[in-house]
Amino acid sequence: MRLTLILALIASPALAGVDEALDHHVLPRHAALAESTAQLAEAAEADCTPEALRPAFGAAYDSWVSMSHITFGPIEDRGLSLSLSFWPDPKDRVGKALGRLIADRDPIVEAPGEFAEVSAAAQGFTALERLLYDPQQDAAYACALTTAIARQLAANAAVLAEDWPAFARLMTTAGEEGNSRFQSKEEATRALYTALSTGLEFLQDARLGRPLGTFDRPRPTRAEARRSARAQRHVELSLAALKELADHLHDGPHPGVDEEFAAAMAAAARLDDPALAGVAEPASRIRVESLHRAVGNLRNTVNTEIGKPLGITAGFNALDGD
Amino acid sequence: MPTRRTLLAGLAASGLVPGMSWAALGNPVAVSAARQEDGSFALLGLDRDGAITFAIPLPGRGHAAGAHPHLAEVVAIARRPGTFAMVIDCASGDLRQTIEAPAGRHFYGHGAFSGSGDLLFTTENDIATGDGRIGVWDRTDGYRRIGEFASGGIGPHEILRMPQDTLAVANGGIRTHPDSGREKLNLDSMRPNLTVLSLDGEVIDNAELPDAQRQNSLRHIAVQSDGTLACGFQWQGDPYDVPPLLALYRDDGSLSPVAMPDEMLMGFDGYVGSVSTLGTDGFAASSPRGGRAVVFDTRGTVMAEHLASDVCGLSPRGAENALATDGFGSVFSIGAAGLTPLAKHPVAFDNHLVPVG
Repeated sequence: MRLTLILALIASPALAGVDEALDHHVLPRHAALAESTAQLAEAAEADCTPEALRPAFGAAYDSWVSMSHITFGPIEDRGLSLSLSFWPDPKDRVGKALGRLIADRDPIVEAPGEFAEVSAAAQGFTALERLLYDPQQDAAYACALTTAIARQLAANAAVLAEDWPAFARLMTTAGEEGNSRFQSKEEATRALYTALSTGLEFLQDARLGRPLGTFDRPRPTRAEARRSARAQRHVELSLAALKELADHLHDGPHPGVDEEFAAAMAAAARLDDPALAGVAEPASRIRVESLHRAVGNLRNTVNTEIGKPLGITAGFNALDGD
Repeated sequence: MPTRRTLLAGLAASGLVPGMSWAALGNPVAVSAARQEDGSFALLGLDRDGAITFAIPLPGRGHAAGAHPHLAEVVAIARRPGTFAMVIDCASGDLRQTIEAPAGRHFYGHGAFSGSGDLLFTTENDIATGDGRIGVWDRTDGYRRIGEFASGGIGPHEILRMPQDTLAVANGGIRTHPDSGREKLNLDSMRPNLTVLSLDGEVIDNAELPDAQRQNSLRHIAVQSDGTLACGFQWQGDPYDVPPLLALYRDDGSLSPVAMPDEMLMGFDGYVGSVSTLGTDGFAASSPRGGRAVVFDTRGTVMAEHLASDVCGLSPRGAENALATDGFGSVFSIGAAGLTPLAKHPVAFDNHLVPVG
């Protein structure tokens, strides 16, 4: 999912840690997803009942949320973002896609190589969560479908992890002869900074903003992963991941960013509202609103303390609005 | 014996004075508004290889322009909600004239000439009522304002001349008022449309999207020589419930969506910034917010998608490609076969490349 803020580099007095961010953030997080989804697939083959599979599902979903801000590179080139996680989903495309497979008892679940052809809405974590947390009439088919999704997740994560080292080389050799993908070092920095910036935007607008809705019309059913009561956890994991990227990206001091990340992480940990259902109650809503605002402030501070020293300003055309 | 006045009018109408032709200017294929390195604004001419052929200072940020069909003259139009348009002699670089929107009107940023080049049409807002208007300016009489007519909707944005010398207007449907800047005042009731008008303002056709897509603001259009017109939309509804952002209009009144896989559609971030023909075959559309551009044929089949941050300006280049620009100063050639960097300049190109010559 992309809510893209496009950024321009006009000069780069501060040193951007592209190598560091790749080696210590992007690559290990892709490796972790490949490993946790491989374990998920293995666990599903062994026992596909919801109770048995939930721990492996939780671990794999954790590793996805901890890298879901990296929306460029192989995931974009291969168009796999929606296949891994189909959220937000205002039209319930996930429910509809699963409903069709289940109603037809579609045998495609038994053909591992072909499951990639089904709707992306039925392939990823959002679909798997339904099968593991919503009651299933047809347990036998649900089991086969669960296993197919787990295998598909593992296959997609493996492809991304295999592709990334070559893509990382394109980023570290940005501007060199023959590198048409990254024609300057600034473009590689811009890609990483955009991941940080749009990751914070997605956290604020989607992960927090969608369930918040408006005061008159809160939307608790729009919370991410509410069935497995992981919405708050996703906010926390996402903040931790973005904090790490921010630290790697810029070697200069950024006291405001540090302070505001710490405050947002503490506020997220204090929510005590795993599914963010509390958005519908004034007393608990106020805490989510306050976190939503804190992430908004953090976005501004990241721009001031990291974006600007790296010479990054907002895109001329992307911001035009006409 | 003709009087001096009728002689001049006759010469102007035949295109002999005062301007030079585009060919004398290093054959620019397009002009673009831009922000220069020092922060000032300019109108730039680009040749087919992406080189800048001329740069003319503008007093403020431009948006698009109306290009005279055969003279080296463009009318650069201020960015919404500006009220100035600048008539520029691209041969001399002279600002020949500034025209100003009448009281109670502002420009939306786009304009188009009639086929003869005698009349300029500009998209405008009737500020008091919010109705879309098309201003009519007589080039043969010093760009005198000679009238206006209804655009057929609210928030008319791009206007272009159709092959039959009629006008197509993208009515975006969004009401704004200069007192509240660019704030969108009617998202709940907006109803965009494409209206085709005669040069006299008579409605020849209009086309609307289905009701469920009425928050899909039509902003940009491009037309092929066979009359097939591509529409680029900007979605104002739930960003995760995006309808098709491109459609093709044909003169039977139909608007048919250009189908894209979900992943590609989501990549547009709900926003098409510009559309252009690809020479004689198909179209290109850009999404500066999504950092990508797509190429599609006149049947509405997507042929290629290319990633490029902040890419927006597009105009035809040769038979199969379009010239593309971004806010970082890059110029590309884009087509079904690829996206090729041509040049890089220390400027931020603004949203639109306007084909000339």
